[in-house]
Amino acid sequence: MFNNSINRIWIALLIATGMTFWLGESGLSGSAGMTPVLLMFTLAAAKGLWVIYDFMELRHAPALWKRLLVGWLGFVTGMIVLAYWIGQR
Amino acid sequence: MNPNADTFPQSYAPRLPGDLAVWLIILAELLTFGILFLSYAFARAHDVELFNACQSTLDLNSGAINTVLLITGSWCVVHAVKAVRRDASSLGVRWLVAAMVCGAGFISLKSMEFSAKMDAGIDLSTNTFYMFYLLLTVFHFLHVIVAMVFLAILLVKTQQGAYGSHDTHALETGAAFWHMVDLLWIVLFPLVYVMR
Repeated sequence: MFNNSINRIWIALLIATGMTFWLGESGLSGSAGMTPVLLMFTLAAAKGLWVIYDFMELRHAPALWKRLLVGWLGFVTGMIVLAYWIGQR
Repeated sequence: MNPNADTFPQSYAPRLPGDLAVWLIILAELLTFGILFLSYAFARAHDVELFNACQSTLDLNSGAINTVLLITGSWCVVHAVKAVRRDASSLGVRWLVAAMVCGAGFISLKSMEFSAKMDAGIDLSTNTFYMFYLLLTVFHFLHVIVAMVFLAILLVKTQQGAYGSHDTHALETGAAFWHMVDLLWIVLFPLVYVMR
């Protein structure tokens, strides 16, 4: 099962989801400043990249489409973290 | 059966899997949800206490299980496309059924969540948090239903032998839409359910 890269990515996605859940359940998100939120959206961005490159199969797509989707993901997660930082001030 | 046909044809020139039209739709959807995500995030920045108080009424367990269901559904769809590419259609059908079971699980859990909120008298006019919560999650929920309809059609056509190593265009098109629904939830879950 682990010889297949898609299966490994699926496991990694589940682990990243578990870590996000733990951040919420432990109460760290909301009590430990920016770090948990940065970690949470880094995990979301990593998960999104796996979905874009390996599930949507854009790894071998024209560069424009990769840039559009990866750019969307980076912009949205980056702006969410910025908005969180503004809310903390 | 062609044993080498399951992987994306990497030796060829760059290729967008599926129909260009679905990718244009995906771009429009990502733009729309992106605006909603950022509107939520910046509205929250102006009223953190309200958003945190209301967010604590959401079921984090249900949100996490829904994430697992969508990710697993996407994984099943990837395997379905790969199976059909190597002419293993019956295996592809089983993977599509598994993906639909995941989708049905998501719809059931989400329906219970919406029902509980309606019973508590929560609607779009309750406050800013719930307006965004309902807009984002109901809009996403509708996309899951549309993706399920696509999968059901693809399932029937795959069963009929319409797709194989000679043609996976429609299957790739439906798969791309399904993965988009997954991608959106991957951002929505930490934003609405976890971030405090």
